[in-house]
Amino acid sequence: MIVSKKDLPNFLDKLISEYQVFAPVRKDTFTVFKQICSGKDAVLAAGNTKLPVKELFFPQSEKLYSYSVTEAGAKLEATLDDQQKIVFGVRPCDAKSLVLLDHVFNNDKYQDPYYLTRRENTILVGIGCNSPASTCFCTSVNGGPFDTNGLDILLVDTGDAYVVEVVSDKGKALAEKAGFAAASDADQAAAAKAKEDAVVTCQVNLDGLKAKLDVNFYDPIWDKIHEKCLGCGACTYLCPTCHCFDIVDDAVDCNGCRVRNWDSCAFPLFTLHGSGHNPRTSNKERYRNRIMHKFKYFVDNNNEIACVGCGRCIKNCPVNMDIRVVLEDVRGSEARLDS
Amino acid sequence: MMKNPYLPLPMKLVKNFTETEDKLIHTFTLQFLSEEDEKSFPYMPGQFAEVCVFGKGEAPFGIASSPNEPGFLKFSVAKVGVVSTALHMMEEGSTVGVRGPLGNYYPVEELKGKNLVIIGGGFAFTTLRSLATYMMDPVRRGDYGNLTVIYGARNPGLLLYKEELAAWEQNPDINLITTIDRAVDGWNGRVGFIPAVTEEVAPSSENSYAIICGPPVMIKFTMPVLEKLGFPPERIIMSLENRMKCGIGMCGRCNVGGKYVCKDGPVFTRAQLNELPNEY
Repeated sequence: MIVSKKDLPNFLDKLISEYQVFAPVRKDTFTVFKQICSGKDAVLAAGNTKLPVKELFFPQSEKLYSYSVTEAGAKLEATLDDQQKIVFGVRPCDAKSLVLLDHVFNNDKYQDPYYLTRRENTILVGIGCNSPASTCFCTSVNGGPFDTNGLDILLVDTGDAYVVEVVSDKGKALAEKAGFAAASDADQAAAAKAKEDAVVTCQVNLDGLKAKLDVNFYDPIWDKIHEKCLGCGACTYLCPTCHCFDIVDDAVDCNGCRVRNWDSCAFPLFTLHGSGHNPRTSNKERYRNRIMHKFKYFVDNNNEIACVGCGRCIKNCPVNMDIRVVLEDVRGSEARLDS
Repeated sequence: MMKNPYLPLPMKLVKNFTETEDKLIHTFTLQFLSEEDEKSFPYMPGQFAEVCVFGKGEAPFGIASSPNEPGFLKFSVAKVGVVSTALHMMEEGSTVGVRGPLGNYYPVEELKGKNLVIIGGGFAFTTLRSLATYMMDPVRRGDYGNLTVIYGARNPGLLLYKEELAAWEQNPDINLITTIDRAVDGWNGRVGFIPAVTEEVAPSSENSYAIICGPPVMIKFTMPVLEKLGFPPERIIMSLENRMKCGIGMCGRCNVGGKYVCKDGPVFTRAQLNELPNEY
């Protein structure tokens, strides 16, 4: 199937009448996902959004429930966002991040109804990356610029049109309803060519990294590797797979609500005990935890690396920490088996 | 419709009792508002709950009551931060929220037929009290072997559950040894630190498990004693605490290596902890 770029705004307008539609829109010098009211607002050609797609499922700040307490007891009210949504223009790395976050918010014991309700009611229409950025390294972490993992539909930019690839049943139903024209052999060939031409130039060698992390918790490498890091947490906020949060009360007396906000393992207060003891005392322990979590703990627990290679942490770090270099350094270090 | 694990159960604070002489530990007795509520909260010794003071926040505390004490939950809480301070100041009759039960529990099945040495220090005696009370329930006391409880505090005024301890002293089902750090007038029990007392009074490690909770320094010095007594790491059971928010393995702060204290713990064996980094 195929949809021409000229027809795309009309197609989106039709969707807007039925769904809440989110797409990348311009904001200052970058793009972010926003709900759009007009198909014309969607900006698909500007590379990946500054903020990851996770915020549409796990907002930076979200009310869990409101409460009012009286002498008779407490009245609690939780509302789940079950609006039908389409997220349009998701990059494959971001789509994969949601598959990873599913492990977190639907773990072996508990389900997070806020996240999962949004996931259930959302269709993800992705767009492949014809020209990956220099900071992209998705192919090193089991992804790729046209990877369909997590998507319902993938669009491939062939110049004047998008070739539509149906990935899931949800995607199939949407594509059928949209009544896209059939793609010709030439269109298919153009899509194949676009995929072939899209090269992720950066390759990070992760061979042996996990085995190294399995034994190097007490290695002196951690004393050095974090030194440049300011602990500002920007990488964690912009990371599509970081999911740490805080829960706070926003209330006047006993009436108010409980809110969850993004938090970061880069902050000292994150793990500080009431007694004053802090299990992750310094930046060294906190930085080590971030690397360990993504490349060891998450792998141990879910058999997947918790990094999708989007490169946001590289682009946005105020002191140019580059996770690719960090990983190479860790991999190349002499691991000590003793502790 | 999936269960919402963030919603607390409203409960009534029926007793706010000053537990220790220094007034820093209060024991809160919370009553379920209905039978249904109580049924929705099936817990075991060693589990914890997030207790919430509406308007202030929530904090995790080990459950000090035992499943064989129906109708209410008990928590002994030190006055430390915003939530615990607000709790301490709460009037009886107020409504609080409780979210749980959370975490795993002491391996009460595995412990059947074994002799048990329960070692507690300071106010880390809450879930140990739950465990001992659970095992002393007449319907299941026969399932377990000898029950020895070694409990120490800096001074007699800082021991929790003093009336109960007095009753245990008279009870042939349990061998209670209490100790304080320094001698004071009117104290007839032992004087000495937990590690030394343990070495002196602990029964044979044969067919025995040790369950130990207390301040880090107590744990540190009691471990070699248990080792010397012949307790293998698989038969030393501990309960960890780390800062928590969600209690359900999602918010990311309480992990020790790849394990979340809230979801995979708080109860771990020494053998399990030996495999994990020391971030607790």
